Amino acid sequence: MERKGLNKVGLIFEKIDIKEVLTKTFNMSSNDIIQNILNSGLKGRGGAGFPTGLKWKYTAAEKELEKYVVCNADEGEPGTFKDREILDKVAYKVYGGMVIAGKAIGAKNGIVYLRGEYRFLLPQLMKELEAFHNLLDEIGFDFKIRYCLGSGAYICGEESALFESIQGDRGEPRNKPPYPTSSGVFGKPTTINNVETLVSAAMIIMHGAISYSQLGTTDSRGSKVFSVSGDTPTPGIFELELGMTVQEFVNEFGDGDTKAVQVGGASGFCVPRKKFQNTIIGFEGVPTGGSMKLFNSSRSMYNVLHNYLDFFAEESCGQCTPCRVGCQQLLKGVEKVKKGEAKSTYLNELVKLADTMKIASKCGLGQSVGNAFRTIVENFREEIIY
Amino acid sequence: MTINLNINDQKVSVPRGTTVLEAARKLNINIPTLCNHADLCVAGNCRVCVVEQKGARTLIAACAMPVSEGMDIYTNTLKVRNARKHIVELLLSEHRSDCTKCYKNQKCELQALANEFAFGDTIFLDLVEDHNYTIDRSSPSFIKDDSKCIRCQRCVRTCSELQYISAIAVSKKGSHQKISSFHNRPMSHVVCTNCGQCVNRCPTGALVEKTYIDQVWDAIYDTEKHVVVQTAPAVRVALGEDLGYDPGERVTGKMVTALKQLGIDSVLDTDFSADLTIMEEGTELLTRLKKALVDGDKNTVLPMFTSCSPGWIKFIEHKYPQFLPNLSTCKSPQQMFGALAKTFYAQKRHLDPSKIVSVSIMPCTAKKYEADRPEMRASGYKDIDFVLTTRELAVMIKQAGIDFRNLEPSRYDSVMGESTGAGVIFGATGGVMEAALRTAYEIVTGREVPFNNLNIIPARGMDGVKEATIKIEGCTGDWKFLEGVELKVAIAHGLTNANKVMKLVKSGKAAYHFIEIMACPGGCIGGGGQPIPTSMEIRKNRMKAIYSEDEHMVLRKSHENPEVIAIYKEFLGRPNSHLSHELLHTHYVERENY
Repeated sequence: MERKGLNKVGLIFEKIDIKEVLTKTFNMSSNDIIQNILNSGLKGRGGAGFPTGLKWKYTAAEKELEKYVVCNADEGEPGTFKDREILDKVAYKVYGGMVIAGKAIGAKNGIVYLRGEYRFLLPQLMKELEAFHNLLDEIGFDFKIRYCLGSGAYICGEESALFESIQGDRGEPRNKPPYPTSSGVFGKPTTINNVETLVSAAMIIMHGAISYSQLGTTDSRGSKVFSVSGDTPTPGIFELELGMTVQEFVNEFGDGDTKAVQVGGASGFCVPRKKFQNTIIGFEGVPTGGSMKLFNSSRSMYNVLHNYLDFFAEESCGQCTPCRVGCQQLLKGVEKVKKGEAKSTYLNELVKLADTMKIASKCGLGQSVGNAFRTIVENFREEIIY
Repeated sequence: MTINLNINDQKVSVPRGTTVLEAARKLNINIPTLCNHADLCVAGNCRVCVVEQKGARTLIAACAMPVSEGMDIYTNTLKVRNARKHIVELLLSEHRSDCTKCYKNQKCELQALANEFAFGDTIFLDLVEDHNYTIDRSSPSFIKDDSKCIRCQRCVRTCSELQYISAIAVSKKGSHQKISSFHNRPMSHVVCTNCGQCVNRCPTGALVEKTYIDQVWDAIYDTEKHVVVQTAPAVRVALGEDLGYDPGERVTGKMVTALKQLGIDSVLDTDFSADLTIMEEGTELLTRLKKALVDGDKNTVLPMFTSCSPGWIKFIEHKYPQFLPNLSTCKSPQQMFGALAKTFYAQKRHLDPSKIVSVSIMPCTAKKYEADRPEMRASGYKDIDFVLTTRELAVMIKQAGIDFRNLEPSRYDSVMGESTGAGVIFGATGGVMEAALRTAYEIVTGREVPFNNLNIIPARGMDGVKEATIKIEGCTGDWKFLEGVELKVAIAHGLTNANKVMKLVKSGKAAYHFIEIMACPGGCIGGGGQPIPTSMEIRKNRMKAIYSEDEHMVLRKSHENPEVIAIYKEFLGRPNSHLSHELLHTHYVERENY
């Protein structure tokens, strides 16, 4: 297993001359851009990890004249706060990434879907956007970006629910196919990327695919911004090269008493101490959108699990049966087991239910509820029961 | 382009765009569904239809997944069965399963699935008490019981896609998600037309008609009371479906016999008052045309809209109140009948109108609302006491232990039991128009409508909006002013189509003279009170039966109905007379819209 150790990187927040990148982009063909992104090995930074270059390639291949670049800034995963920082510090690089994507797929319009709770950022972001639009005019780019605000629903971070929300409809995931690349927002071909992905794309165009792909491992190229929280003396935002083990991560950020790390937020996986050494943070091990929450021995993993399930029971859109009812059952189920009103073996039924949710739910939300459930119940069963 | 795939190792070729569910049906492989409905867009949210696709990370929803070349689908693997069982159990855990007392007992799609997948020990915890479920009985037409709701959203899609109303929509999320009215107001206080299309498509007992079966039984057994029943034209071509017949079977004569066996004192026909409606409405149209075209009366507005469908009436009252003057002032056939039952009929039969209980059997839930409207008391009493749906009548027939299939057919009683083919076709979209044209054309020209065998084909069929132009030639006497006029008519069914026509009318782009609108898809044959299930195919079969009933009638023009001729002679005087206006016409009210 390829490993890289823990290395701090400064790509995402690096101050750059965006005009230079844009001018370079202006002179590149759609194909050149897509090839660069493909060669870099960049995968989506929102958590699902779809190869960005492929997404752009598919969207570029669509014949429609009207296409969209959507920036997913609905950062809602519990324990993730890196996109806020990126937007706060280097919004112009996000906009730059959108223009690059636009040039690649042949879109003239970009939409940033901003998490409702980040509304306070908007005045500053708009100011920067105005300057950015002027810059585009100067270079001769025909591309316009606008903002659309969410209203606090976690599900609206799911791409197709996000489109529905932009369209003014109820934020509910769509059936797939069709995928966004052929029918996204307003039914038009759309490439939707996470804030960090777009900045990474800008950096790849600036520094070249080769330099970028030297970071990270075969399955997880480049660097990643982590939101570190929980029982850590140094909470905050850190950009790290991909390819480290959880152990290496804990050595850096733990408080000496770390018993578990929740990688990837509520929808992610719980890694217990005994698995720190052999678990790589990345697509070959545990993938993450950036949320890293450390728990020390003072924490009850029942409370952790209960908190997540409570969250999901609230934030499921409620549309599909496995997710809507499954979340309620898991929540009520662990409560009953904890209180001794259900046998501890009932947890086995609940794990089976979590497995059904993983394969039968309509979207990524319901499909990922089982991740935390299974890993916490399997590794901390006694904490759930007693 | 054809796509080849395998389902359960059987090869099948289907056109591109076909879903896995449809492909499986082609092989007669049954995949259970709940949220899926033939009339509605795909939702893919109940997940009961999940199947396994070789190589896929997750199961796929067969109803929502288009086929692709070389796909390998398995519909009955252990993985699929376990997931399906879980899903049905999950639905049951949120659902108040008081099945034996439920109106939909044995007609419930969830119950049928539970019977296949969820017998034995319950796996999951009961969540019913965790939800603050409410039962809304505020509508006179239907009951909305959230504790039976499985959130499949068929009703929501029906209301928005077919009816352009969205009286109900999804609100809140997660465990709080529910199908809600605007601001959670009672259904009686929102923009709802009571059409019952949602009721007709609800797979469980969450939406059911408000039933008046017991009240009708009470009246039947009350020796003081004289119970008269009228049956709407669309009932006779659909009732059979609830009694073991295939869609499209006409059971008119057996239905009359069954009603008599139930103990109804007089079994009469709404077709009679449909014929009467044609006389009143046809005269009204001709009068309006004269006022508008000859007298230049600015207060007379065209086009004139039909007013038979109470769902449509409520729609226009809410959505297009500025066009209320365009509505024919004629009451619906049900209400004309009601007003006459306690006046004319009572006189003829020497009955005390206060002792008459007037019951109508309707394909409709909105008729329950209509009967309750304060305007509908022209006789001095509530003109219609109880409205039963086709489904409720079937229940009564079963309750009475009647062997329906072996009944001898019988004829309607008299008076007000005589009808023509024109009255019959009221039950299908375009029927009122056709009936009106058969009569109006003949009044004006003295000749039959220039269509082969009186069949006005352009008015028929399932197109959402139909248009026709009829040139009037050879006018006689008073009607010379119509000579050479090209009468432009339009027909719409389903309120989404009605809305399309209304938008045209509003924009001034359509110069129609007369427009027929029915709230339900297919007209009354597809009414909210008709047997469940419904689909385009079923409605087409019922429609065929309606036209075949018409073809089998000796009299096929409303003005030839001998009882209609007689009632004008003996009682009403002439169409649109003072008494007609008192009893058979009404007015409308503007209602809120948001």
